[in-house]
Amino acid sequence: MSTPDDLNPADGSGSKRLLVGGEWQGVSPKYVGVEVVSSIISGLVLCAVAVVFVVMGAWFGWILLGVAVVIAAVMLVLAPRRVRSIGYQLRADDLVFRRGIMFHRVVSVPYGRMQLIDINRGPVARALGLAELKFVTAAASTGVSIPGLVDSDANDLRDQLVGLAETRRVGL
Amino acid sequence: MTQPAAGDLTDGQWHRLHPATPLLRGGIILVAILGFVLANFRERLVDWVFGAPELPGDPLQTAYERGQLGWAVVVVVVALIVGIVGFYASWRMHSFRVGDDVVEVRSGILFRTHRRARLDRIQGIAISRPLFARLFGAAKFDISVAGQDAKVQLAYLRSSDADRLRHDVLVLASGARAEVSPAAPAAALTAADGASAPDAATAPDAATGAHPDTAAAASAGLVNQRVRELLAPELDPSIAPPESVVRIPPARLIASLVLSGFTVVLVLVAAVVVVSSLLGRREFFLFLILPGALAAIGYYFNRFTKSLRYSIAATPDGVRVGFGLLSTSNDTLPPGRIHAIEVSQPLLWRPARWWMIRINRAGAAGEGSAQTSTTMLPVGTVDDVRKVLGLLLPGLAGEHTRELVLAGLTAPSGAGFTDAPRRAWPLRPFSWRRTGFAETDDAILLRSGFVWRHLTVVPLARVQSLRVSQGPVLRLLDLVELAVHTVAGPVRASVAAVDRATGTRAFERWSAEVVAAGSSDRSHRWAEAPDGAATESPQP
Repeated sequence: MSTPDDLNPADGSGSKRLLVGGEWQGVSPKYVGVEVVSSIISGLVLCAVAVVFVVMGAWFGWILLGVAVVIAAVMLVLAPRRVRSIGYQLRADDLVFRRGIMFHRVVSVPYGRMQLIDINRGPVARALGLAELKFVTAAASTGVSIPGLVDSDANDLRDQLVGLAETRRVGL
Repeated sequence: MTQPAAGDLTDGQWHRLHPATPLLRGGIILVAILGFVLANFRERLVDWVFGAPELPGDPLQTAYERGQLGWAVVVVVVALIVGIVGFYASWRMHSFRVGDDVVEVRSGILFRTHRRARLDRIQGIAISRPLFARLFGAAKFDISVAGQDAKVQLAYLRSSDADRLRHDVLVLASGARAEVSPAAPAAALTAADGASAPDAATAPDAATGAHPDTAAAASAGLVNQRVRELLAPELDPSIAPPESVVRIPPARLIASLVLSGFTVVLVLVAAVVVVSSLLGRREFFLFLILPGALAAIGYYFNRFTKSLRYSIAATPDGVRVGFGLLSTSNDTLPPGRIHAIEVSQPLLWRPARWWMIRINRAGAAGEGSAQTSTTMLPVGTVDDVRKVLGLLLPGLAGEHTRELVLAGLTAPSGAGFTDAPRRAWPLRPFSWRRTGFAETDDAILLRSGFVWRHLTVVPLARVQSLRVSQGPVLRLLDLVELAVHTVAGPVRASVAAVDRATGTRAFERWSAEVVAAGSSDRSHRWAEAPDGAATESPQP
């Protein structure tokens, strides 16, 4: 598991960061692998676009390529921190989810509002034995999905949440 | 044909639709073809009798000359018969049933469809009467439930039956059916709906005309009835208490359209086109102005007729919104089906002090676009806003909320709202004083906009999830953004700049309150609870 300092810092006083209290659960450190692969792929795409401009002989081609390389490197370096920023809490009546370094967001979904729960596995995640839980409510903008859960944990969590949603069922 | 009495439609038996349905659903085209053929035949007959000169190009004439007239007639007649039989069969096979808990529709000849919707999931019932259907005294009946394309449509029903069926379905849906004994529905309605029920019960009788039984007067009565239905006021005056009814004068409607954002865009585009044509590009003028002007006129006309004769009123079954001049339509929202309310003021309406009210709802009912079914007040004064909020809020939030909304609408700052701190000015140079939130026991209020004023009310019992977020700029300013997620609709409930500590506390508090409000919410069976907080008909 990740260091407790990242998910549950001792005290936020002095910092202007958005912090919501509670005991945050992190996701599997293996999820860094997925993030690294996706960073590399998006970095390669960016560089390919830049290379096209270089080949065409545009004056800004090399600058673009440099920027693309820098962005890809930053994405790659920050991948572990991005993964450590993902966290969730199962509270008494709702699930709280957080994610993001620069753009940090915290979403709370009452169990009774969950309409269905998906388990998704991408190719890289499947190779690492990871799964993603996706929650759907009646609001399209909720958009909560917990990536990087160990397969068996994901199944258990799904069953637990479906059970909770059933006992706390409310109308629309 | 079976002519079910109005009260029988909810007896749990299968019923068919209006006998004119095949005609209204497109059978009219077959009739037109038949007419065309007969008209051609008439010319032939005239030819035969008078020997008039023959004109080339007449298909019948060509067929006649080639000796194929018999075949052509056979083909046309067979096609017509198949079509007519098809429409008739689809009408025969299309039936519906309203039980205690569900409404079911069976349809289709070859591919049978059986759709079943739970009554306590009804999000609204719309009755629309297109002009042509009105001539036949027919109405289209839509029960909307949440979900994509998830509505139960009964097209067409007898116009007077439709009103009655809506009342019955909503009484069943409200959970008050334990009190409804089949022998004395009127008495039960009185028990369920309070003082206005007798009016509602007698209204359909009044609408069905003065000669219900007399056979001799039947045909004359039918014509009279159609004429009366066509000329009748859009909202039956006996259904709703008049003090709850909001109407819009046509002059204000026209003025509000002229002052809409669309007009601003139109004027800008026209200016660009005129300037560019003055600069020598004449071809623009013809190719853009003409279609553009036609589209604009169509838009204005459409919006105008859609909103004409608009009325919103409290009926015993919920809030009823009606509009339309030639093709009328009205939509009834049971209590607890409104997910968010927004009161807003476009910039140009400001001198006139007009406001607009829109809502979010799950599953928009009716023929009209999403626009008409989510607009609760197209344009109205503060007084109208007060009335409409009085209709929309009961069952959602109390009197306190309404006063808070009205105070917060125009106040430059404060008035019960927690506003953004001064350091938010780089993000909201004018409106930081007005950007804020307030909370009552049962709703969250979000306010924003100095130039375009907005105020959003979200009942806690309808909140799907909550979000607090922070980007780099907000972090520099020690602020957060709060968003309240509801079902999709025109209203977006979020407040962009809140002090970080205040916002985080509000997020924690709201997430607890949302859970509490959700679990104590009983509005899907709004009349079931014996003490019934939200049971009474909405009274302002």
